[in-house]
Amino acid sequence: MLRIDNLSASYGEAQVLRDVSLEVCAGEVVTLVGRNGAGKSTLLRCVMGLHPGQRGTVELDGRDITRLPAHKRARLGLGWVPDDRGSYATLTVTENLTLPPTVGPDPWSLERVYEAFPALYTRRDSAATMLSGGEQQMLALARVLRMGARLLLCDEPTEGLSPLLVQQVGDLLREAKRHGVTVLLVEQNLHFATGVADRHYLLAEGRVAEAMDNSDVLSRERELLAYLGI
Amino acid sequence: MSGFAQNTFNGLVSGAFYALLALGLAVIFGMLRVVNFAHGAFYMLGAFGAYVLLSEAGVPFWAALVIMPVGLGLLGMALERAVIHRLTKLDPLYNFLLAFGLTLILQDLVKLRYGVQSSPYETPSLLSGSVDFGLFDFPTYRVFILGFAVLLCVAVWWVLTRTRIGMVVRAATERPDLTRAFGIDVGRWVTPVFGFGIGLAGLAGVLAAPMRAVNPLMGADLIIVVFAVVVIGGLGSIFGSVAAGFGIGLVQAWGEAYLSNFPLVSQTIVFVVMAGVLLWRPAGLFGREEAPA
Repeated sequence: MLRIDNLSASYGEAQVLRDVSLEVCAGEVVTLVGRNGAGKSTLLRCVMGLHPGQRGTVELDGRDITRLPAHKRARLGLGWVPDDRGSYATLTVTENLTLPPTVGPDPWSLERVYEAFPALYTRRDSAATMLSGGEQQMLALARVLRMGARLLLCDEPTEGLSPLLVQQVGDLLREAKRHGVTVLLVEQNLHFATGVADRHYLLAEGRVAEAMDNSDVLSRERELLAYLGI
Repeated sequence: MSGFAQNTFNGLVSGAFYALLALGLAVIFGMLRVVNFAHGAFYMLGAFGAYVLLSEAGVPFWAALVIMPVGLGLLGMALERAVIHRLTKLDPLYNFLLAFGLTLILQDLVKLRYGVQSSPYETPSLLSGSVDFGLFDFPTYRVFILGFAVLLCVAVWWVLTRTRIGMVVRAATERPDLTRAFGIDVGRWVTPVFGFGIGLAGLAGVLAAPMRAVNPLMGADLIIVVFAVVVIGGLGSIFGSVAAGFGIGLVQAWGEAYLSNFPLVSQTIVFVVMAGVLLWRPAGLFGREEAPA
């Protein structure tokens, strides 16, 4: 579904991604693991079309979207869950949810979102930045589900969340996967990653160092944790 | 007491002009990240256009009140498409230069044709005379301006907070990149928003024609205070710009009335307030620190 070929990207002089190639098939959940600064978030931003100055190609469903602006990529079914959760301070919770147009065949209705997230319903008229960190993370996920996005780009959705909420994020992603949604996930939490994902790419210094499946990750957990510095 | 009411009322009326101009600057800055230094020139064109329409074509005030904002709004949109959108990726210095250059060109074109002396513009007959408020009476025209400006600000606020267009503008203002990532073509909204801000400046100009001297420099004199207003309210804050507009109108009117023995103080009080606000809240009263993309 998503195919990245020889993608390179830099911030000014600093090259962050070097010839990254990877593939995510429809219905798969794939994680990107790697140390801070390995280029994981930049990779997601490149796929979303938010990083100027990149080389290489990004293909969605066989279509080259490398030159497509971000809003057109979103309309093809990309749903971005940014690392800072992307809450708008000047929009209410409901407005945060309804801002993006629906882009996929199976969007969640607002009612369904509020049924699944009662906490968001209670705070529906508050500014989104008044929510707790966990609630904002739920809001960010609920927003892309309401869009009906077919490919979710999730940047560390479990960061800073309590174990209970981490589990809830996991349940959500598994449910999305059951409905055929594809997920590319930046994740430092290996336990969480193996719980939701099918495959993993280890990014190191802007390159794909290794492609792993769940059993690889589980059998080498200590080594990987030590490498990631967690 | 009636003196105080008089000063307060006059302060609110000048505040209405600040609010309309600052509101336009705020929506433009929010959407384009461009400080439109040419705003005062469009205000002047609004007033001058009304004057020319009346004196050379007999077009009355009420028609000018529609024609000038719409015409200038369209001119603004054309300018945005032609030149201003090229600047958004460059150093802000280029934007200052362009807007400053535009101001000089517009001012001098008007000067060339009509000279520098002020032209009179008659108050529309429907709004001549004064309104009796019991203890004091105020010129009808000024009451109209105040009411009209307040209505307009409320209408803009309503559109911004209660409609989908307003939601998109708020989102694009707060986080343009994120908003693009949610499938919204932010660029498509930039030109109309710029035109709208310019239209508001033109409208303020038409409103000013019957009560202020219509001359090519009228915008240049006003815009300095308007920039102070925008900074005090918080650059890009819609509510802040309106509140600060009326607030500064009041401060100025009271300063002129009660500090008239200290002309230096009453003339600079706006900037003293600005410095104070910036020391206390660097992003302005209602401004927020810039969020990341």
